[in-house]
Amino acid sequence: MNMIRLQIVAIRVWSTVFTRTPRVRRTFMILLLGCYSALVGQVAAANTEINVDVFYLLRDIQPPLPLSLIDKRVEKDGLDGAQLGLNDNQTTGSFLGHKYSLVEVLIPEEGDVIESVQAASSTAPTIIVANLVADDLLKVTDAYPDALILNVYAKDDRLRQEDCRPNLFHLPPSRAMLTDGLAQYLSWKRWKKVVVVTGRHPEDALYTQALDRSIKRFGLKVVDRNNWTTIPGARRTDSGHHSAQQEIPAFTQFKDHDVVLVADEIDEFGEYLSYRSRLPRPVAGTQGLMPTSWHRSHEQWGATQIQRRFEKIADRIMTEKDYSSWLAMRTLAEAITNIGSADPASIREFILSDNFKLAGFKGKALSFRRYNGQLRQPVLVVSPRMLITVSPQQGFLHQLTELDTLGYDEPESLCKNFK
Amino acid sequence: MQERRMKKQHCRGKSREPNLACVLVAAVSILFTANASAYNVYVSNEKDNTISIIDGDTLEVVDTVTVGERPRGIVLSNDGSVLYMCTSDEDHVEVLDLKTLKVTHSLPSGPDPELMQLNPEGTKLYIANEDDNLVTVVNVDERTKEVEIPVGIEPEGIGVSPDGKWLVNTSETTNMAHFINTDTLKIEANVVVDTRPRVAQFTGDGKEVWVSSEIGGTVSIIDTDSKEIKHKISFEVRGLAPESIQPVGIKLSTDGSNLAYIALGPAARVAVINMETYEVEKYLLVGQRVWNLEFSPSQDRLFTTNGVSGDVSVIDLKKRRVIKSVKVGRFPWGLAISE
Repeated sequence: MNMIRLQIVAIRVWSTVFTRTPRVRRTFMILLLGCYSALVGQVAAANTEINVDVFYLLRDIQPPLPLSLIDKRVEKDGLDGAQLGLNDNQTTGSFLGHKYSLVEVLIPEEGDVIESVQAASSTAPTIIVANLVADDLLKVTDAYPDALILNVYAKDDRLRQEDCRPNLFHLPPSRAMLTDGLAQYLSWKRWKKVVVVTGRHPEDALYTQALDRSIKRFGLKVVDRNNWTTIPGARRTDSGHHSAQQEIPAFTQFKDHDVVLVADEIDEFGEYLSYRSRLPRPVAGTQGLMPTSWHRSHEQWGATQIQRRFEKIADRIMTEKDYSSWLAMRTLAEAITNIGSADPASIREFILSDNFKLAGFKGKALSFRRYNGQLRQPVLVVSPRMLITVSPQQGFLHQLTELDTLGYDEPESLCKNFK
Repeated sequence: MQERRMKKQHCRGKSREPNLACVLVAAVSILFTANASAYNVYVSNEKDNTISIIDGDTLEVVDTVTVGERPRGIVLSNDGSVLYMCTSDEDHVEVLDLKTLKVTHSLPSGPDPELMQLNPEGTKLYIANEDDNLVTVVNVDERTKEVEIPVGIEPEGIGVSPDGKWLVNTSETTNMAHFINTDTLKIEANVVVDTRPRVAQFTGDGKEVWVSSEIGGTVSIIDTDSKEIKHKISFEVRGLAPESIQPVGIKLSTDGSNLAYIALGPAARVAVINMETYEVEKYLLVGQRVWNLEFSPSQDRLFTTNGVSGDVSVIDLKKRRVIKSVKVGRFPWGLAISE
């Protein structure tokens, strides 16, 4: 930090005195030498040994089976991404004497998250990567107010708004950011008349809330809506296609529309809608055309490398949670490499500064919003097998950065205690 | 090449007999170009799997050669007879004979080669293997892999000092410039630079290395002796978001003009920099997503590859003006210029 500021000052002074008299120039050179010896001292300090223990918190639950037989259930989703981040950090750290390690804390299905952390370590953690739902996450932020906590799972907008915490940073895009990314593209396509289909879970209601906000924000119009309430049966029922072929046309008796928006985060029924609806219309949202932070079809901006690197260690494709976990590990290393310290308050200060520019294979520097700790990032919009587009879309402008056209912007922020 | 071009461009009359004017023009232009040091510009088209050849005089594409999958970094041999090409998806370097325009053989580069440089003698290629965190040293005559040097995550840029003693490699995710001693092939220093370093280039006197940071948006100037960053250049273009200014390609003049040129990616600009004051003197508007740069032999022109717009901008360096855009294949990437 200081080092960089010092350099900027030096550059400015240099440019103003360079053309002056030789004496001024000489005096300046002496001053400059002084600055550099201070600078060299700082670099040397950055080379002293640092040990960084990152606590990775994950609940030990069996994930639900995906509806499609092609998709595989991913165990401990996200952990491999953190492992890849750890490998990358260790390589970087090996050149500087910085040692990174990952302390995996697996919380039993019914267990208390804080008790699990205490059982795993006698000392309180200072850096936590949390692969947890919102309620668990808030228990951790409040139990360890001095720790730096990086959320790699929860997409809830309330965590960025009224339930924000000063020690909590968010790597995944919020639901509002995702649906804004999708709505911008629908608006660009002029597919403005939409119907909304909502699943039976609380997450689906939250996704629908985000959809409704984006629909209003980007000038789309809801012409009809419906709720899917059926409790799913076994996905392998023989000849099960007969029932879907009958049920879906009956369920999709909507007024004329351009696109069906579906909110089914658990993946229970959304996949049934495509090709079966009464009118031939594309499906978008949690299935069909999906806004997401990561997808296997994304290989732009050098992403080929991380996709291949991940598959080599995990023997499967990289998920959104793997990507967020990798970003969390890289955020830490970026800060620690630059400031030469693993102190959580110093890391917080650095990652909120102008000097923090995270490379995340999205063609732009990623940074944290200073009003709520959310990572600014482009949103990929994908079909199951292909990258379709990347939002923000051209033409959606913003006075600071176009990335802030996605999600809650500063003037709308309800986050009071982040700063 | 020259003859082939004239056949195509000037002597394609309706009758099969060449007319007198055509023969005269051909004769004169042969005489003229022999004196005015004709050169060819070679451009790798990443998406088309081709090399476009541009005539340095007419600034027209005179030939397009199909090569292996995903050609990116390209380098001419010291005698100008062959072009080495990182055909990344083939996991090797292909060698293009520039007389016959045929790929004669390939070199074992290691997986996913991206950028490379020859040593001053022209006997060894130093190649960055983006996937495997290695720099591979290949003997071009014996066509063998000599050694693999482990470096940071996603090695990218390769710079060789004019005396051949130092090899600087950048690693995109580790965010470092690694200084490798070419005698011992050991890393002797690691300089932390801004995010996602791409190109590393030594000055003509070898005293400085310039390293571009694509996501960091800066160019770091490293002192070769002390291995410390002595200066950092930032860019500012009015009306452009800072995150769209992404420095990649660097060319440092050696003709005494003391000017450096930096390609700024999606900003569609080339920055002209005074190498004494490190001040940006001018931004030149070129095609979209400008990545790599190359001088004409006399350094009176600069050529740029513009990936998204699929063309090459030609800059007159005296006038500091873009004089032409030459349409090439899809996603032009690398550049090399023969004398």
